[in-house]
Amino acid sequence: MAGINFKLIKNPLSKENPITVQVLGICSALAVTAKLQPAFVMALSVIVVVVFSNLIISLIRNTIPPRIRIIVQLVIVSLLVILVDQILKAFVYDVSKQLSVFVGLIITNCIVMGRLEAFAMNNKPFDSLLDGIGNGIGYAVILVTLGIIRELFGSGTLWGYNVIPQSFYDMGYQDNSLMIMPPMALILVGIIIWIQRARNKDLCEK
Amino acid sequence: MQEIINIFVKSIFVDNMIFAFFLGMCSYLAVSKTVKTSMGLGIAVVFVLLITVPLNYLIDNFLLKEGALAWISPKLASIDLSYLSFIVFIAVIAAMVQLVEMFIEKTSPVLYAQLGIFLPLIAVNCAILGASLFMQEREYNNIGEVIGFSLGSGLGWLLAIVGIAAIREKLRYSQIPAPLRGLGITFIITGLMAIAFMSFLGIKL
Repeated sequence: MAGINFKLIKNPLSKENPITVQVLGICSALAVTAKLQPAFVMALSVIVVVVFSNLIISLIRNTIPPRIRIIVQLVIVSLLVILVDQILKAFVYDVSKQLSVFVGLIITNCIVMGRLEAFAMNNKPFDSLLDGIGNGIGYAVILVTLGIIRELFGSGTLWGYNVIPQSFYDMGYQDNSLMIMPPMALILVGIIIWIQRARNKDLCEK
Repeated sequence: MQEIINIFVKSIFVDNMIFAFFLGMCSYLAVSKTVKTSMGLGIAVVFVLLITVPLNYLIDNFLLKEGALAWISPKLASIDLSYLSFIVFIAVIAAMVQLVEMFIEKTSPVLYAQLGIFLPLIAVNCAILGASLFMQEREYNNIGEVIGFSLGSGLGWLLAIVGIAAIREKLRYSQIPAPLRGLGITFIITGLMAIAFMSFLGIKL
């Protein structure tokens, strides 16, 4: 092992961000971000699944017959997701209720399948582990950002605690309830993409 | 019967797969460049939903749920296999997509040529697994309601992807700031469409 290849962790955070650049895993990213806590739990679950599935697939990559690789990947990912789901139900039942079907949908989350296909199938286990960590964190960054913006402006709280002082409300400030509605998640992701591409011209589309 | 129609209309407009739950966004964004291809993918999604969701409903009710095995023998009534539902559902979906593909190839080569490339993609479309999981969570009463729900969700998805594809075809001639071109503007327009669909909230037949 010639040291850790930091590029594998650093690139997915900005230049190859799974959500804004590779356009993977949008489905779950938007639905769970109305509040910070579920967004954070979801991000954590995806990190766990993507890291371990990358590692496992990479370990057995030479023994998987290429024709049935998709189904092998699906089975391993589903097993990990079932584990995560049971753990969430046991320890943070309220959040698991809020996330409802979206924990199960990690199975078809394109980040997991995409990284397995693109990276873990032809790279060494340790590199795949790092790639999983990087992409998981890249996904988590966007999710948590969205969660913070939407909860702060939508309900005036963060992690369930009031952060906007009562005096603001007395002066006539109101929560923007559109923020916690689904459409705003889409528009916010659009704006995040806009800002990121404006700062990094290489990412612009023709 | 009225309940079924209610669920059907509700899952097209109010609980729209894309605008309310963001399911199937990946293929929604990737395949919505022209109306023709998005129509093909949309029809394939309707088709697969209509087969897999009722099938998963039967499996859930007769094999997985707590007490579901009681029809084999009363001794099995205490078994609860619902933790297996993710893996069973995804296996059913993958297998059914394969079967549907082979069936269409044999019976209707024209349809196969149109859907061909999209069918395998559908196995990992979140909308399909999502619909099965919603079906499980919302606890529909009978198979009629489940069929109404799956047809409605499929048509809702079709409506959304054809709509955005038509807008994107026109967008090609617009002056959009470079960083917003492509992905960014698609997101914002989808957001605006979702706001429009919010006007259906509260409809009850």
